[in-house]
Amino acid sequence: MQTGNLLLLLIVMVALAYYLGHQRSLALARPLGGIRHLHSLPFYYAMRAALWCALPALLILGGWLAFDDTIIRQTVMQGLPEALRPDSDGARGLLLSQIQNVASGALSPESVDPAIAAAAERLNNLRTTSAMALTVVVIAVGLVGAAWGWVKIAPQLRARQQVESILRVIFMLCATVAILTTVGILMSVLFESIRFFQKVSPAEFLFGLQWSPQTALRADQVASSGAFGAIPLFVGTLLISTIALLVAVPIGLMSAIYLAEYAPPKVRSVAKPMLEILAGVPTVVYGFFAALTVAPFIRGVGESIGLDVASESALAAGLVMGVMIIPFVSSLSDDVITAVPQVMRDGSLGLGATRSETIRKVVFPAALPGIMGGILLAASRAIGETMIVVMAAGLAANLTANPLDAVTTVTVQIVTLLTGDQEFDSAKTLAAFALGLMLFLTTLCLNILALHIVKKYREQYE
Amino acid sequence: MSKTTEQVRKSLARRYRAERRFRAYGIISIAIGLAALAILFTDIIGKGHSAFFEHYVKLDITFNEQTLDIENAGDPEQLNYGNYDGIVREALKARFPGVTERLQVRELSALMSIGAGYELRDLLRENPEWLGTTQTLWLLADDDVDLFLKAGEKGREDSRMSVEQKAWITELEAAGDTERRFNASFFSSGDSREPELAGIWSAVVGSFFTMLVTLCLSFPIGVAAAIYLEEFAPRNRFTDFIEVNINNLAAVPSIIFGLLGLAIFINLFGVPRSVPVLGGLVLTLMTLPTIIITSRASIKTVPPSIREAAMGLGASRMQVVLHHVLPLALPGMLTGAIIGMAQALGETAPLLLIGMVAFIVDIPTGPLDASTVLPVQIYLWADSPEQSFVAMTSAAIMVLLAFLIAMNTLAVVLRKRLERRW
Repeated sequence: MQTGNLLLLLIVMVALAYYLGHQRSLALARPLGGIRHLHSLPFYYAMRAALWCALPALLILGGWLAFDDTIIRQTVMQGLPEALRPDSDGARGLLLSQIQNVASGALSPESVDPAIAAAAERLNNLRTTSAMALTVVVIAVGLVGAAWGWVKIAPQLRARQQVESILRVIFMLCATVAILTTVGILMSVLFESIRFFQKVSPAEFLFGLQWSPQTALRADQVASSGAFGAIPLFVGTLLISTIALLVAVPIGLMSAIYLAEYAPPKVRSVAKPMLEILAGVPTVVYGFFAALTVAPFIRGVGESIGLDVASESALAAGLVMGVMIIPFVSSLSDDVITAVPQVMRDGSLGLGATRSETIRKVVFPAALPGIMGGILLAASRAIGETMIVVMAAGLAANLTANPLDAVTTVTVQIVTLLTGDQEFDSAKTLAAFALGLMLFLTTLCLNILALHIVKKYREQYE
Repeated sequence: MSKTTEQVRKSLARRYRAERRFRAYGIISIAIGLAALAILFTDIIGKGHSAFFEHYVKLDITFNEQTLDIENAGDPEQLNYGNYDGIVREALKARFPGVTERLQVRELSALMSIGAGYELRDLLRENPEWLGTTQTLWLLADDDVDLFLKAGEKGREDSRMSVEQKAWITELEAAGDTERRFNASFFSSGDSREPELAGIWSAVVGSFFTMLVTLCLSFPIGVAAAIYLEEFAPRNRFTDFIEVNINNLAAVPSIIFGLLGLAIFINLFGVPRSVPVLGGLVLTLMTLPTIIITSRASIKTVPPSIREAAMGLGASRMQVVLHHVLPLALPGMLTGAIIGMAQALGETAPLLLIGMVAFIVDIPTGPLDASTVLPVQIYLWADSPEQSFVAMTSAAIMVLLAFLIAMNTLAVVLRKRLERRW
């Protein structure tokens, strides 16, 4: 049975368990003289039966779906004759996809080794068996659970407490998804990075000046090993982020100051949401805008004053990215500026300072830590931004600080290395995970630092 | 007058000038921000509005049995393999009798879209009696013709078509045999290599399924997590650790979630590539922090007196939360969920890594069909070399922005309507 249908069936069973549990608790209560003689409301008895029906079955279903494919594949591989067993991971992947193609009918069984055809058949058989077993097991477990929940209903049963504690555990598990996600991210980038660093030394990766991940297909080709020096990528990322921050920080900060200190409420209520629209525009739209409008414009301007501008200049990507992060800087700064106590302003104004002097000498220094936190968050955003640079920055890893040249960034390389045809174990694809690790660690440090600063600052005035 | 007062008086003009300057910087900054927004929108609309229309050409099509190689119009097999491009070519040759040279004939038939042939097949299937007759029909023009007709004087000169082609089109236009119509196929068909046939519907459906999966997973999990953290979690290291994780995940670059999806969901759990379920899982993890944070803020606004009143009447902690706090906090949570969904709808980068960049012609029928999503479709079209795809991309962006604006407006309206001041 298909998983979707199985789920639907399970939902029906759960509803049934709920209904029967409700009926039974009412039936038990009637001879006693009404539901006030039950320990819990009928709802809780019914809920308990429903949970007993649903949870074990769902757990089994989830676990089964997550791992059955891996196990089946391994069984099939182990069933292959000795001569065909692959020696490397790459060969294993190839063989597996061949078997899968035969199994799905994309390849005809006659065109391949009979052993592979047999393996494909085994694969299909195992899959059918697994799907059937899953259906039977899930339905059986659901029925047994529902029956257990139904039979156990008794006037003295502490159903409410039990249901509530189960709910509480479910809520807690939902909260731990955040931890699991972080662990998942760390594991996924860390393990692949370790495999990458077994092939390429960390020193070469971190300090190498040459980036050309195109590994050759044959060993005798020129530059067959590829070069994995990531410095050009780091410099490119830094260059584009710096341009972006040079645009976003002054504009964002001055907008925030004006909106918080000068603007009449009407202007503020219009201008602030308008600026925040900039943060809501999808990055792919900015990428399109940067690549098709801003880059040619900058190139045209550059040519008219005699400058040689690359068509995928870092300046175009940086400018547009700067526009994108203006609202981050402005709304975070706005929050901290408005949080500065009014008495500090009043004191300064009372001593005869003008408003701008008050802002520059009193409000701004007081808000500085919070503003710094906001800028750090914006920097982390700029470093991790992908679509703008994928569409508007280049692919060539030039080591340059000239904003008119084309540079490439860490995120661009991750996308180019991992999209399109790939075998998973080459140094090329693993390099993407190593870059991901660097990106994650950098943004993690920036975020933690920024959050720490902002939090500490908040406490100061609370 | 004391010396200090005099000094202050002297410096006053300078200080007031500085004040005005400072204020002007603020106004200029906001103006730059708003100008950027305005330029962005006008640029997109200026480039994209023309894609909502396409041009048709009137031709007298003869459904000739020999050219079509069809004897019986009732036989579906024959209908499928008919040479429809042939009758289009014959019709064009009949319209421009001077053209006989092979190369020129090829250029002439390039005026019409490949889609014209498919359209004729469908027409013949519906009207089998047309076989052997001549019909006057409006057929879809090629995207180059379309661009030429839409362009102004200068654009027409720059067109990549040959001089003869330009002359033919100008003749057709002068005779009134070209017509500009609403581009309905843009909203109803899937992707195509031919710009005049390509549409966004498959991407929209893919986006819909992806968002459905995301919403079904992230909203319940996010609300449950927020309830736990606000109402039940003991103050200890573990809770603090969860909070640090949530705050940090909210700022992790989205592409990292793509790496997670690739390594964990695809390689470890064997989820098939390119399907909305996978995209939904990845986007769930990405939007979860947003939803948890807004849900918590929403729970915090419920005043403690409500909780105390319920507890005083004998409700358990869980009953207090589920019967009283949650219904009151739900509008705020919904707003947060809509904003999170809007964020997920515009997200591209992680989906590139999990294979949702496929070339999808068919409309996906369920969350387990290979599909693409609207922002990825925009990315793919932006990379296409054909000139017409620029307008198509901008038009797709306009559709995406319309969805986002609608969602955000809905969030604002919901907040205004349902927000309660205590």
